[in-house]
Parts: sequence; structure tokens; C-alpha cells
Amino acid sequence: MAVADADLVRTGAGLDALELSAPPAPSRLRRVVRVVAPKVCAAAVLLAAWQLAVNLHVRPSYLLPAPSDVWSTFVAQWREGHITGAVWTSISRGAFGFAIALLIGTPLGLLMARVATVRLAIGSLVAALQSLPSVVWVVPGLLLLGPNGATIVFVVVLGAFPSVALGAVAALEQTPPLLVDVGRSLGARGLALHRHVLLPAALPGYLAGCRQAWSFAWRSLMAAELITQSSDLGLGLGQLLDSGRQTLDMSLAIMAILVILAVGIAVDGLVFSPLIRTVNSRRGLGGARA
Amino acid sequence: MRVLADGTAAVSPAWPAFAGPPAIRLEAVSRVFGSGARAVDALDGVDLEVGRGEFVCVVGASGCGKSTLLALIAGLDRPTEGRVEVEGGRPALMFQDAGLLPWLTVARNVDLPMRLRRVPRDERAAEVDRLLRLVHLEGAADRRPHQLSGGMRQRVALARALAQRSEALLMDEPFAAVDAITRDLLHEDLARVAADRAMSVVFVTHNVREAVRLGDRVVLLTSRPGRVAEEFSVDIARPRRIEDPAVGALALRITARLREEIGRHGRR
Repeated sequence: MAVADADLVRTGAGLDALELSAPPAPSRLRRVVRVVAPKVCAAAVLLAAWQLAVNLHVRPSYLLPAPSDVWSTFVAQWREGHITGAVWTSISRGAFGFAIALLIGTPLGLLMARVATVRLAIGSLVAALQSLPSVVWVVPGLLLLGPNGATIVFVVVLGAFPSVALGAVAALEQTPPLLVDVGRSLGARGLALHRHVLLPAALPGYLAGCRQAWSFAWRSLMAAELITQSSDLGLGLGQLLDSGRQTLDMSLAIMAILVILAVGIAVDGLVFSPLIRTVNSRRGLGGARA
Repeated sequence: MRVLADGTAAVSPAWPAFAGPPAIRLEAVSRVFGSGARAVDALDGVDLEVGRGEFVCVVGASGCGKSTLLALIAGLDRPTEGRVEVEGGRPALMFQDAGLLPWLTVARNVDLPMRLRRVPRDERAAEVDRLLRLVHLEGAADRRPHQLSGGMRQRVALARALAQRSEALLMDEPFAAVDAITRDLLHEDLARVAADRAMSVVFVTHNVREAVRLGDRVVLLTSRPGRVAEEFSVDIARPRRIEDPAVGALALRITARLREEIGRHGRR
């Protein structure tokens, strides 16, 4: 029997070893090239099309500046410190508003998910708020708070918090019932069940909601900055864009739009994508399987 | 003792080796889902006793209320009628899916039931190490569940169940989704652990050979409503292997009885 036991143990060890040996990962360089090359190509095609339109004189050059003109505007604005200043002003406003949206939306979402009466009472209202263009809040904001930073943050918060709350609700509703049974059979009840099972299970869905909330926050911020004008208000990207309108400088306007776009891409690429990728790959989700 | 249609006697629940007060006792337990014309009798008047340290396998066709039975014993569900008594606290429960928490490492999964019981940290760490060695997974402590095979996940689930320090272990077709060689190994691990710790086990399966390989007793449930049709004591010396002729012979007898039971539904 001892021999048979040793056999079994060896068979088991063999099976486990087969399972745990991971396939070799592709080289880092090759992975970067595979990810970056398509993006570079797409950008090159768009730039070429733009330059072609300029060369064909589709519109006069003060209405359709060449990429090189926009670039020189960018360099000039950069040297004067306008770009870094505007990016910093906008991002700090956006981050502040987004943080408040998290503080409001997260408990609200938890409450909606756990208390049926609350969900029935305000569920459709919050869903409707999410589809309401947040620029409408600029008007009551200006009347209530005046043309200042508070109005801008007010608009950002109202634009972003519904996505946070709805993300939390959807994430909690999608908790696999098996995990709830497991938690309960391990002896977790009430708060412990939430802390050890329900909330961690909801994390990926909640983060997806937060990512969406950030994009809503960023849009709301630009709308609010574009409209809210005041001499004692710091210069954000929306105001930079509006100064292009006031001085009839298309080059400046296009540059501002590109910077707004770049900041959006950068925040998603540097904050949300890595965060969500890390959380998901730990759980074997999202194409990150070994 | 009940006498069955074919003249053989049903084995009485208190089979001699497990005399004394039972670890689990079900008395006239019924569970009805829904109400009125659409009500489904999942279980109807089930009496079952599991002795301390006894390994009871429950077999039956699909829809015989096997999973309902376990949920009732585990305290996840309540009977419509009858009584369920479990000695020695909440039983540990294992499912067909290992049900590991995917955001925790293997070690943290095993650790969780002890954290919930507020066992001191260093004591927990030592116990996790010991349990992982017991299921031959000491090398996988820092892995995540998705990196393991189905059989390895079930061994983690077994280690986690043992970490609950329960006297009873309930298993709902835990090895249904693993290959035959892995299942052999899991049977070996489970039989060894259950015997070492003298655990009272209720093991639900639709695999009759598996039931005979593991159990001290095999309980056959009828379907819709689930009732105890017959009980078979397994008087086969251990260690057993699933390919032992004695295991096969008894499995054939039980399977014949199960076929008969399923056939009744076709004739209606």
C-alpha cells in the first residue's frame, strides 16, 4: 500500500506541476511595439489627412491652420506657462469635484443596492440624472454661487456622482450568489459578509463606474469652464479654449482641444487603466489569463 | 428497521460503529418551494441521522433535493416542516464549484474562516501552512485561484473547510467537474482527512461508485418529492480504491435500485 500511496502522491505532484508551469511571457519590447504601433499609425494617418486638407485649401488658413501652425502655437503657449498652468488648474478642479462625487456617490450606491426602498425611491432619478447633460447645472450654479470655482466644482460633482452610484449598484447586484453562500457558510454575516465578500466582489464593477464618472466629470468641467467667465477665476483649459474664440484664433482653439483630449487620455491611461487592469488580472478577469 | 419491497432490510441509521448521539439529525423534514398549484416538494418527510465520524453519501437522480438537503443542514435554508439538528456548530460546506474568493490568494482563502472567528494572526499562519501541506498545496500558497486547476481549487476548498474546525463537513458534488485521475487523488485526500479528524460527512453525488468508494453508508433518495428510498451500509475494508471489485458490486446493486426509482417517473 505504501508503494501505491507514493505513486498517488507522485501522480498528484505531476498534475500540479503541469498546471502551474506558465507559458513563457512575450518579450517586453515586442509587447510595447504591438500595443504602441497601431496607435502611432492611426495618429499618422489622421495627421496626413489634416495636412492634405490644408494643402488642398479646403478652407482658408486662418480657419484651417496646418498642424505645424498648431504646434507653434502650442510651443509659444507652453513657453509662457499657459499650458501647464491651465492643465494644473483644470485637473485640480476636476480631481476635487471627482473626489466629492466619490464621497457622495459611493454611500448612495451602497444604500441603493442594500435598501430596496431607497432604490425604488431614487433609482430612476439617479439614472435620469446620469443622462441629463451636466451643462444644464451651469445656470443654477451661476445664479446660486456666482461666477467662481465653486460653480465649476458644483457642475462637476452633479455630472459625475450618478455614475459612481450606479456603478456601485450594478456591481453589488452582480455578486455571484455562490460567493454569498460561501461567505455565509464560512460564518460571515452582516458587516463581515460585506467586508470580506460583497464589497471585494463588487470592486471591478465599482471601478468601471468610477472610470465612467471621471469621463463625465471631465466633460462637465470643460462645459463649466467654457461658460463660467470671471477675471478672478484661474485660467483652466476651458477658458484657454474660449480665449481662442474671443481672439478668433483657430490655431489656439484646436491646440486647446488637443490638450483637453490628451489630458483625458493621460488620466485614463495613467490612473484608471492600470488600476482596473491590476484588480482584474489578480482575479483572472479581462483577458489576463495565464 | 424498515423492510423494502424486495424483502431486504433497510439498514438502520445507527449503524453500530457510530453508536451514541448522532452529529446530524433530520426528523420528518419537508421543504416546499413556491405555493399553491405551482408548489414543488423538494423534500418530503426525510428522516436521516449521521453518526459522529460517519461518512454518509447521498445519491439520487437529478431533482431529488440533494442540494436542498445540504442547504438545510448547513443552515442556509429552513425546512417547511420538520426539525434539523446539528451538533457542534456550523458545518463546513463544499460545492461543485470550489467557490474560492478570486481576489484572495490560496493562503488567504484558507485563512478567511479563521479570520472570521478572530483567531490570533500567528496561530492562523501556522494553521494555514499545516492545512496546505495536508492537501499537498504548500507550493501554491501565493497563487490566485484562477491560476489553479479544478482539482487544486477543490483541495484549497477542502483546506478552507477544514480551517473552519467544524465537526461536520457537507459536500455537494464537489468532484463532479474534475477528470478521473484527479478525482482518484481527491478521494484519497478526502478519505484520509475525514478519517484522521473523525469528521461527520454528508457527501452528495450522482456518481454511485464514488459514493461506495467513500461512504460508510449510502442513502438513496427518490426524486420529486425527495424521500429516503433505501440505505446501504458499505461493509468494505479501507483503504478502498474505486476499481475494487467489491466497490463495483455494491455500486451495481445501488445503481439498479436507482434505475428502478428513475423508471417510476417515466411510467407516469
